[in-house]
Amino acid sequence: MAHRVVAMKAVPIIAGGFVVCLVLFPLITVWMWAETGASLGAADWSAIRFTIWQAFLSALLSCVAAIPVARALARQRFIGRSAIIVLLSAPFILPVIVAVMGILAVFGQNGLINSVLSVIGVAPVSIYGLSGILIAHVFFNMPLVTRMILQGWLAIPAERLRLADSLGLKGWARFRVLEWPMMQQILPSAFGVVFVICLSSFAVALTLGGGPRATTLELAIYQAFRFDFDLGKAAVLALLQFGLVGVAALFTVWISSKDPFAQGLDRPIVHVTTGRFIRGIDTCVIVVAIAFLGIPMLTIFVKGLLGIISLPFSIWQAAGRSILIAAGSTLLCLGFALALARRWGEVLGSAGIAVSPLVLGAGLFLMIRPFANPFDWALIVTMILNAMLSLPFVLRILRPQAESIRTDYHRLAATMGLGPWAWVRWIYVPRLRRPIGFAAGLTAALSMGDLGVIVLFGTSDHATLPLKLYQLMGAYRMDQAAAAATVLLGLSLLSFWIFDYWGRRGAHA
Amino acid sequence: MLTLDHITLRLGAFAIQSDRITIDQGICGVLGPSGAGKSTLLSLIAGFTRPDGGKILWNDKDITVLPPDKRPVGMVFQDNNLFPHLSVYRNLALALTHSTLLSQEQNRLIDKTLERVGLSGLYKRKPGELSGGQQSRAALARVLLQNRPIMALDEPFAALGPALKNEMLDLVADLATERGTLVLMVTHDPNDSLRIAPKTILVAENKIHLPVDTASLLENPPKALGQYLGARSYGQTPK
Repeated sequence: MAHRVVAMKAVPIIAGGFVVCLVLFPLITVWMWAETGASLGAADWSAIRFTIWQAFLSALLSCVAAIPVARALARQRFIGRSAIIVLLSAPFILPVIVAVMGILAVFGQNGLINSVLSVIGVAPVSIYGLSGILIAHVFFNMPLVTRMILQGWLAIPAERLRLADSLGLKGWARFRVLEWPMMQQILPSAFGVVFVICLSSFAVALTLGGGPRATTLELAIYQAFRFDFDLGKAAVLALLQFGLVGVAALFTVWISSKDPFAQGLDRPIVHVTTGRFIRGIDTCVIVVAIAFLGIPMLTIFVKGLLGIISLPFSIWQAAGRSILIAAGSTLLCLGFALALARRWGEVLGSAGIAVSPLVLGAGLFLMIRPFANPFDWALIVTMILNAMLSLPFVLRILRPQAESIRTDYHRLAATMGLGPWAWVRWIYVPRLRRPIGFAAGLTAALSMGDLGVIVLFGTSDHATLPLKLYQLMGAYRMDQAAAAATVLLGLSLLSFWIFDYWGRRGAHA
Repeated sequence: MLTLDHITLRLGAFAIQSDRITIDQGICGVLGPSGAGKSTLLSLIAGFTRPDGGKILWNDKDITVLPPDKRPVGMVFQDNNLFPHLSVYRNLALALTHSTLLSQEQNRLIDKTLERVGLSGLYKRKPGELSGGQQSRAALARVLLQNRPIMALDEPFAALGPALKNEMLDLVADLATERGTLVLMVTHDPNDSLRIAPKTILVAENKIHLPVDTASLLENPPKALGQYLGARSYGQTPK
């Protein structure tokens, strides 16, 4: 039976090797190009400064905004509270380009806020540049930080809360004993996570930034690639980006311990009876947060709904491509994740997170170029890279349960002589069904809405729906763009829901 | 006949060894203080642990390096004896085949085995929908279907109440006689051994001892066992 043991061990190793190659080869390729590459100009240094500065501000603002929201949700009981907590996880699967459109609809040139301002005679405020990037980043990351803080509240032992109650701790004393120590744990890692995410922000910078004063490194890589076709410079920038994100990511991993994807945050957290004043403040905070997150989405949805019927066929074709890419990368990602759902596998799989998708994309582009026209490979490359991008999240979701399945049942499976295929089919996948569904939903939605590598490679012949949407926005065809955004939003949410529902329906206690 | 031939095993600070031990057909209890290595003994025999030195023989055939499913051993664990997401039927089917469809003969065999352990008609249930006693019966049915000449039981009924436990012990005794199985039963309750196991192996002080008559072992326990048992006495001759 030696062959079986070998097969069991070989699959994760092969998968791990594949993942490592997918990260390493593009990186090495980029490195080799960079050596012949150009030196950096003033514009590049300003891109580096801007990247760090906007990431710092985004992380700071997201944390500052999340603290009151999390506190209000932690201490108030009201109808719809768990719905709001669900809403907080929505931005994660929201296509960036759709959110940007929603934000433009509220804060943009002809948006709600400027309309109000013009009525009272104030000059319109421009959203493009740093302010727009910050609004979008807070939109995406404030909910994430809020969830992390709520999780921190949950992690406070019930005994300590009861003790604080029995000691009659209130106000400042309560804050110092309960909340502050928790915040000290959560906030640095939350700040770090948001900082890293915003360092590699591409789609937001592409749509809301640009110009010499608001260009991130990722955007600069893209421009060097697409406009100047200066591959050496793109490679140098890609290495800088890799170093920057790598250092920041390592630092964040080092200081953080909390899992932002934990489930079950909607159970009641802190039992405090607050006075009317506090309750009033909390209500305001929650209303503002919901408005900030909800109105942009609602506006796009309402604006776009009517336009859907008159969308040209090419948009539906693009939607079809997006669905294919989402399906393919979900399958690929799950395949890798199921094989790698163990400790060393998670370390390997997460390595990709430090490498920005654009860097990987650039590397693959350079690798493919000697053999074929890279633009013909746009969809395949996007599919593979999207799978790699989701892999860290998916591993994080699957690993704990995958490991407990192995410890609980490997002996039983061994006495019964279950081979690798029987194990995967009868035990591993059925028992992991719930997290697989959730993880697959995330991957599908992320991949569906991705506007990253495809911009590097994509031509209008094989554009995905997000790319099409971006092109429509660039052409100021806002009505069509809104309709396409509604379609994309619907597809993302639907794909998440379908997989997650599949997982829930067959979940075993 | 199962033979342990000068087994040695060291796992960190834990160590265990034996002289040459032979265990004959029938039921043999395994007693000893916790942490002494009772479960390790079963692990060695079932193939989850390999000894550092020595041999394990079944009817004079060396099985020391065989994987668990190639050994003549069917094992009932303390828990996780059934896959909780699969029906009783599928759990038992996996002991026979890994394919979805079973032959008529295999289905008949499952029916017969369920009937034998008193679970007729419950094949559609998930393990979570069975009582504790029924779960033990299903686990025994699984081992019966695996049809191995040695049955290794690792405190399988520890979670059951006394009456139910005795019922299960008697079932094990009946099955062992019917099939001529060699049963090795780890237990922390000497009464279990007294009830069904004529012989008992003592595992204590880093040593797997020779199987001896259960009643006399308990009547006259060596020091290590005596401390574990405490000031109670077992058997028909209370002090």
